[in-house]
Amino acid sequence: MTLTFEDFPPGPFGSFGPRHVTREEILAFAAEFDPQPMHLDEDAANKSMLRGLSGSGWHLCSLMMRMMCDGFIGRAASLGSPGVKELRWLAPLRPGDDLTLDIEVTEARVSKSRPESGIVTFKAVARNAKGEALCEMISPIIIRRRDGAGAA
Amino acid sequence: MRFFEDMPVGDRREVGSFTFTAEDIKRFARQYDPQRFHLSEEEGRKSLFGGLAASGWHVASVCMKLLVLDTQRSDRDAAARGERVAAGGPSPGFRDLRWIKPVLAGDTITFALEIESARTSDSRPEWGIMQIRNSGTNQRGELVFSFLATAFVPRRNVGA
Repeated sequence: MTLTFEDFPPGPFGSFGPRHVTREEILAFAAEFDPQPMHLDEDAANKSMLRGLSGSGWHLCSLMMRMMCDGFIGRAASLGSPGVKELRWLAPLRPGDDLTLDIEVTEARVSKSRPESGIVTFKAVARNAKGEALCEMISPIIIRRRDGAGAA
Repeated sequence: MRFFEDMPVGDRREVGSFTFTAEDIKRFARQYDPQRFHLSEEEGRKSLFGGLAASGWHVASVCMKLLVLDTQRSDRDAAARGERVAAGGPSPGFRDLRWIKPVLAGDTITFALEIESARTSDSRPEWGIMQIRNSGTNQRGELVFSFLATAFVPRRNVGA
């Protein structure tokens, strides 16, 4: 069954994962999108402020997106997202990390301009296996309302 | 990268352009954002986007790629002139990221950065803290993407 706006009341929504992150995919993402030595080269990474090979912050964002897709967006009537209110990189993504994603709905409101849909604001926190928060994101997603809701 | 003192507020710089092919859009989406409007032309046309649209994270990642390559190019040029090159710190994050218009297959996006504000760190005087507005504009001159990044930038003659 497709999840609609009504399925996202404010409050904790769920936890998703774990998603294992390999060294190979960290290197592949960095080579294509973020070719800084600290994401590509062990020696340079050891000398960097992050002390060891770390994944690109944008890779972590993309992995969080994938976990949200697999977790619930894939079966929700998602119409896309207008953006991200705030995103904080709190600790580095490391090769071998097993990520979990905690999702909370912080706000849900009907769209004024498109009353057949609503805007659901999510807070997503990605953690490693030790429970350390790596990234925190607050982002709205536009989700269709149940059939007939908001029809003129 | 450049030093804090060499990046005045209001300074704007284009960092490069990228054309999003249908193949690129689908490849990124299959890996990281498998929503139907990022995977199929037909589904894209039926969506609010009106065509096969790149994942917003694909747009952001390409922006990062061009920012990094631009910095590496200007670092090489500066080193060739015998100038000292600065090394930035890890970014703590960003805010106000906006996917303003869809990036559709075939669109060419030109990315730019603009220094919005700058201050020195009280606790670590060898660093400056900048708010940098990164943005993307399509081939029709329409702003499609922007976000306000926070960056730690070393000061030229303070500390280490």
